[in-house]
Amino acid sequence: MNKIKSLDDLRKMKQSLEHGMTIRENSNSPESLVQIRVAMATCGIAAGARTVMNTLIEKLEKEKIPAVVTQGGCMGYCYAEPTIEVKVPGKDPVVFGKVDSAVAEDIVVKYIKNGELIDGIIPVNYQSINEQK
Amino acid sequence: MAQYKMHLLVCGGTGCRASQSEEVVANLITEIKKQGLENDAQVVTTGCFGFCEKGPIVKIIPDNTFYTQVTPEDCAEIISEHVLKGRRVHRLLYEDPETLKHIEDSKHMGFYQKQIRIALRNCGFIDPENIDEYIARDGYAAIGKVLTEMTPAEAVDLLKKSGLRGRGGGGFPTGLKWEIAASNKSDEKYVVCNADEGDPGAFMDRSILEGDSHSIIEAMAICGYCIGASNGLVYIRAEYPLAIKRLQIAIEQAKEYGLLGDNILGTGFSFNIELKYGAGAFVCGEETALIHSMEGLRGEPTVKPPFPAEKGYLGKPTNVNNVETFANVPVIFLKGAEWFSSIGTEKSKGTKVFALAGKINNVGLIEVPMGITLREVIFEIGGGIKDGKKFKAVQTGGPSGGCLTEKHLDTPIDFDNLVAAGSMMGSGGMIVMDEDDCMVSIAKFYLEFTVEESCGKCAPCRIGNKRLHELLEKICDGKGTEDDLEHLKNLSNVIKDTSLCGLGQTSPNPVLSTLEHFYDEYLAHVKERVCTAGKCKALKLYTIIADKCTGCTACTRACPVAAITGEKRQPHVIDVDKCIRCGACYDKCKFSAIYVQ
Repeated sequence: MNKIKSLDDLRKMKQSLEHGMTIRENSNSPESLVQIRVAMATCGIAAGARTVMNTLIEKLEKEKIPAVVTQGGCMGYCYAEPTIEVKVPGKDPVVFGKVDSAVAEDIVVKYIKNGELIDGIIPVNYQSINEQK
Repeated sequence: MAQYKMHLLVCGGTGCRASQSEEVVANLITEIKKQGLENDAQVVTTGCFGFCEKGPIVKIIPDNTFYTQVTPEDCAEIISEHVLKGRRVHRLLYEDPETLKHIEDSKHMGFYQKQIRIALRNCGFIDPENIDEYIARDGYAAIGKVLTEMTPAEAVDLLKKSGLRGRGGGGFPTGLKWEIAASNKSDEKYVVCNADEGDPGAFMDRSILEGDSHSIIEAMAICGYCIGASNGLVYIRAEYPLAIKRLQIAIEQAKEYGLLGDNILGTGFSFNIELKYGAGAFVCGEETALIHSMEGLRGEPTVKPPFPAEKGYLGKPTNVNNVETFANVPVIFLKGAEWFSSIGTEKSKGTKVFALAGKINNVGLIEVPMGITLREVIFEIGGGIKDGKKFKAVQTGGPSGGCLTEKHLDTPIDFDNLVAAGSMMGSGGMIVMDEDDCMVSIAKFYLEFTVEESCGKCAPCRIGNKRLHELLEKICDGKGTEDDLEHLKNLSNVIKDTSLCGLGQTSPNPVLSTLEHFYDEYLAHVKERVCTAGKCKALKLYTIIADKCTGCTACTRACPVAAITGEKRQPHVIDVDKCIRCGACYDKCKFSAIYVQ
């Protein structure tokens, strides 16, 4: 390791390192960031959820959108796997079905970044137990 | 650093390591390899999460899942269920003691909701043995800023404005301390970090050193620049092997990166840090005793003045600060004095780390803003009293502090309020007591500690504390008189007024505060010979409940002093004067007919 010889060196070093810590920093305040949950049950994985998750993470990074991407269990939409749930702060969560890598990139750019609605939204017809008062 | 989708943070503090967290780390790594997830998930050993009650802790990022009491056998399930399929392992989640519901993530745990982590900002977040993670979190940016943008006087001024006060006990303003050390002219000065944490039940300094050594190194270097010192010393007790190891690793890494040593960041400022080991004497937490111990002399205090800031280590001006105080320093320089002084109360700024112990549900390490009430700390963060018992008192400030009672529960905690209530902040030990605790015994316990730890140099502390302890023992043995209570009080005041150093000046505090708040309990011990909590063996009162006694005579045969009499199949009676309170009858009785008060 080369020695850090100046404050500039230190700053450059920080920039190259902070990348690896982003996931931890972001998880400190998930409610203020875009949260995406990828359904990762057996059927989801079989339909390619892992690739979709990788694409999402890469695309979000490229677009410099701070987000928390987590894995979830089966959401029940077996006919539409892979499915992902996207929660943009201040908006209701939206579930997208039949997401492949191309759709995933569209979701990041069009829905998350520009706020446009795109095809593939599954109407939410359930209430989770946490929402019941 | 590679980009992982999941980080598995495992606590590597002393507490969790004692319950196999190292094996948990090893098994997690093996399982990840087995499932082919090496590029997806990373296992990180961190410092303390504070939730020591339920260790070992494994926290999964990014969903903040908080697994408690994880055993090496649980690792396979965590990887195959959670990491691979995204399903939480419910049986390992934290269960709320009141609602008995599993809590999904740490954001919803009462334990964390009221905490603000400044001194503990990196504990449980970064790998303390990896300087890269510290730098990624703005590590060494504060020293960079101070060295390139500020004069020593400006830096001291900023610290003064922040309102930071010493976290080791007395609460002396840190900025002022630095200013005094800076104003004394000398060819050499020293920065000392006091890591001689000695209060029973306190482990905040150890946890900071184990979880975030680099911030202490950075703060000491900043202090060196401010006061004009190029050498730093950490006085740490040899009983903290893990903290020592992590500190040594951190010092080596900082040197390798050029963040310690000569010409730091090309600014011409040089600073080195050396470790000095203590043998674990309580008195060596006192700065003059600490300095003598570092010099190779006996760990005995000397009269102040001269203060260490004038004549300290090797006769040179020396600035001594506690670990937690230093841990606050880098953040203050990064975020500014206004930010820091916006947290806390008027005269006590920032946060304080407390070690929660005793009869409380969530034993552990917490950091709360000054001004929070004891009620919030004990009942919301601490989760209330164990086994649904009643709260009786909380002891703060260790052997130098006092007991606070129910009427203090809503007092905002800060340096001055605690002193006004007859206790003190101390280093931050907080021992909670319930209805089963005898306050006289508690006072006796602390005196036992100070008698053991007194260095013996001055008579009031050496002899006075011994006498205090004898009086308390006499009361607990049921031989005390009302006069003894008066003696206790007088002697305590004399010891306070005449002792040489802080140890003796504060050692009678546990006696005085229990006398003040629990005088009735003392009185019951000496007048009625009763220990209301039932702790003092000699004062237990055994009686037979006539309705329940079948007259089986089992107790009569068990009694070694023939204090129990009665006809067969008739209720028996215990002669209180003959009874030696051995409890043999109680153990023998099959009908729960013996009542103990």
